[in-house]
Amino acid sequence: MQFPGRRKKLIGSSQNDLYDHCLQFYGQPPLENISLTEFETFAVERLKLLKTVENLGVSCVKNSEQYTKKLDAEISRISEYEKRRKDHISHFILRLAYCQTEDLRRWFIQQEMDLFRYRFNDLHSKHKTDFLHKNNLKYETVSAEEKKSLQDKLIASSYGLSGTKVEEHDVYKVPFQDALDLVRTRKVYLLAGNAYIPHHEIVTIVLNDFRTRLSKALAMTARSLPAVQSDERLQPLLSHLSHAYVGQDYSIQKNIGKISLEQIDALSGKSFPLCMRHLHKALRENHHLRHGGRMQYGLFLKGIGLSLEQALQFWRSEFVKGKVDADKFDKAYAYSVRHMFGKEGKRTDYTPYSCMKVILSNPPSQGDYHGCPFRHSDPELLKQKLQNYKVSPSGTNQILELVKGMHYQLACQKYFELTHNVEDAGFSLNHPNQYFTESQKLLSGGRDIKKEVDMSQRSQENPASVTRPSQANSKQIFLDEIQELSDPS
Amino acid sequence: MSTSDYDPACLPDLLPLYYRRLFPFSQYYRWLSYGGVSKNYFQNREFSFTLKDDIYVRYQSFTTQNELEKEMQKMVPYKIDIGAVYSHRPSQHNAVKSGTFQALEKELVFDIDMTDYDDVRRCCSAADICSKCWTLMTIAIRILDRALREDFGFHHLLWVYSGRRGVHCWVCDDAARKLSVAARSAVAEYLSLVKGGEETVRKVVLSDPIHPFINHSLSVVERYFQQYAIVDQDILGSKESVDKVLAVFPVDRYFFKEGSSVSYDLHFSCVSVKSNSKKGGQYFDKEIMLQYCYPRLDVNVSKGVNHLLKSPFSVHPKTGRISVPIDLKELDTFDPFEVPTISLICEELEKPRAEEAEEDDMKDKENEQEAGERRRIRDYKRTSLAKYVKVFDRFLEAMARSRKGEMLKKSGEIEKDSVFHIHLILAFTLQMD
Repeated sequence: MQFPGRRKKLIGSSQNDLYDHCLQFYGQPPLENISLTEFETFAVERLKLLKTVENLGVSCVKNSEQYTKKLDAEISRISEYEKRRKDHISHFILRLAYCQTEDLRRWFIQQEMDLFRYRFNDLHSKHKTDFLHKNNLKYETVSAEEKKSLQDKLIASSYGLSGTKVEEHDVYKVPFQDALDLVRTRKVYLLAGNAYIPHHEIVTIVLNDFRTRLSKALAMTARSLPAVQSDERLQPLLSHLSHAYVGQDYSIQKNIGKISLEQIDALSGKSFPLCMRHLHKALRENHHLRHGGRMQYGLFLKGIGLSLEQALQFWRSEFVKGKVDADKFDKAYAYSVRHMFGKEGKRTDYTPYSCMKVILSNPPSQGDYHGCPFRHSDPELLKQKLQNYKVSPSGTNQILELVKGMHYQLACQKYFELTHNVEDAGFSLNHPNQYFTESQKLLSGGRDIKKEVDMSQRSQENPASVTRPSQANSKQIFLDEIQELSDPS
Repeated sequence: MSTSDYDPACLPDLLPLYYRRLFPFSQYYRWLSYGGVSKNYFQNREFSFTLKDDIYVRYQSFTTQNELEKEMQKMVPYKIDIGAVYSHRPSQHNAVKSGTFQALEKELVFDIDMTDYDDVRRCCSAADICSKCWTLMTIAIRILDRALREDFGFHHLLWVYSGRRGVHCWVCDDAARKLSVAARSAVAEYLSLVKGGEETVRKVVLSDPIHPFINHSLSVVERYFQQYAIVDQDILGSKESVDKVLAVFPVDRYFFKEGSSVSYDLHFSCVSVKSNSKKGGQYFDKEIMLQYCYPRLDVNVSKGVNHLLKSPFSVHPKTGRISVPIDLKELDTFDPFEVPTISLICEELEKPRAEEAEEDDMKDKENEQEAGERRRIRDYKRTSLAKYVKVFDRFLEAMARSRKGEMLKKSGEIEKDSVFHIHLILAFTLQMD
């Protein structure tokens, strides 16, 4: 994407043409001048929106009533034109910040897609068709005869489809590769490699298009990025934006070697989140863990401060008690431990998994002990386990309620509160290592009061800059906001 | 006896013989070259070898069939895995600028492992298998083969016995090899019905409406269920095992009718199910059948483009069995215990040869180069490996025919395209004037 040499100012009459639809495919970059302040504010607001989309995606079923209502509430009421203009500009700004690495791109595409899906589903049917026309999206439809012959199968595979709907509305036929979300959840009829998509699910095909275009665009943006980054005004802002998303990832090891192996058993009961406690117990009992478990637990241990030597000793001593002899361990498993610490292969220093990652990716199957117990265990078994760990019946019920509502991280937070005997955890849980750190902080004598004093001092010092932002101060505000976005507490 | 007693200690002696005289190199090369349509497809393919003493080497690649043969005969791998086709020759991956060496294509693969069924089989556990639980593999193959062909439109599937306790499927269609990670994972998820680990008791949950794929799969399971589960696995044979079956549902929702006998029939008619909640209960018999029989895939094996999987025709070091292709036309009679071991086929090789064989030897003396290959072809034909290589041959033939069909179609299209281009150029030049 190139920031254009010629910069046209928007004139009154063309206002209506430019933003005549509330939704767009972001095919054309904005061509106007904006101030640095607008640049910053637009970007931050969109980032906040995308983070909200992300959080809602974990705590609610996507596209459920609850999800839609909550997302509605987040989107503020300003003039329609302004909204659309902001949407256009902020999207492109964030492209600059999020095109640089595979991880950033993947995150950005995922949230933008979820946002787009929510907004597309919100449109009236007529506006949906308008959108398709405007963007030249034509999809292959199924003939009336074929529809008739497949009618029963279509009804049995697609949600909310009836005989009349099949007759009256179009059914689209696309290669299954273009409807992966529907294939993955088995919500579509497949025949000979094609997915048969009823009209009301057309959003899936549109989304696929959206993803492909955005992915290509980000790749192109990355190539033109050096030119943009050379602008000193923009460079610090862009790099802060992309770090805001990543936040604390516990990849930089603090306290290396401060934990001794003998402490781990005790720590697992006191300061480990339930998932890690579960993995540790399984490891001690079976003297083995499968790959998924080794990764999740091994990286967690790295995050709490185990050194590579300690980790090797820990895993070897446990596996050797089982069916693996020391030689086999050194040949087969030691490699993967070293790999976790970035000492093998492409030497990536792997980061411990966040709650989001544990909950959403790689669900456990037979013989696995990884995953999030609040998400992946049967409620009955979870209840038993909590009882075994001496959680009170009322506490257990509270946790189970949260699990029912799919608030897995909140359930874990509640578990923290109950096991540490505090009313309020005082933090918003999104990482197992965060659980550990907070637990250790609590157990070693009280919260950090210093931070609260700092905050109040800061707000006293800058009342003037809030009322009339000059460029330097507005940058300060911007950076503060970014700071807040990255520090969940 | 089809399993000449196999002793892993003999492997160092048997393997060289196997690689010199029995391994079907020309078919193997033919397979992995895929008709030479893509340049360097074979050259950029990663192989990994496990050598003696568990030494594992990755990023092996070869430029020709001859080089593959020579290297395998030299290194004598105990295990051979096939990986992806990369952007560059894997053996030179260190010389490539970091980030540019990437896995581009690979067959879509599935790995069904009997240990994943341990919670539902009573006859064996872990690495053991027997004729009673082998039916699970038959069911798995039928269900997945149908779905991959009819739902996903794939045509070229190679099913292979892993050599010990499972089967692999290699989907070799062009479209399959080009699938992205997301697509592979979506296909694997679509095919997954049994979900949950140690912590999940009820692993299959069905709700209305039932997708046609599930119905197809159920009809396969139902065909085998009576014999497999009720008779062979005897899942209703004792109160304890019935309890286990029905543990999937909360206790207060089932009870036994008075005076019911020990042998229960397929539809659990002696068990009354109180289904007073909206959720579940109406399909519990289907769910139980699926939980006991439906294929359990490891999604991670299918997801990765660069995932390495055991190669067909490699030897399983623990059992000595060759990883042979399975003929789906004879699926119901396939017996893993009849699959030849390396010791058996090496022994068969040593048997005295017929007269025609000696004539062929004379011809060979005249042309040394082809002699090696011809001899090898004659050699495996004299062993139990022959019928499996035939299955492989048929598979390769089908792919070759299909490629030919594609090429004819494409050349028809290209002609049309070039005519169009000429028109365009003419129009443009006319305009310029």
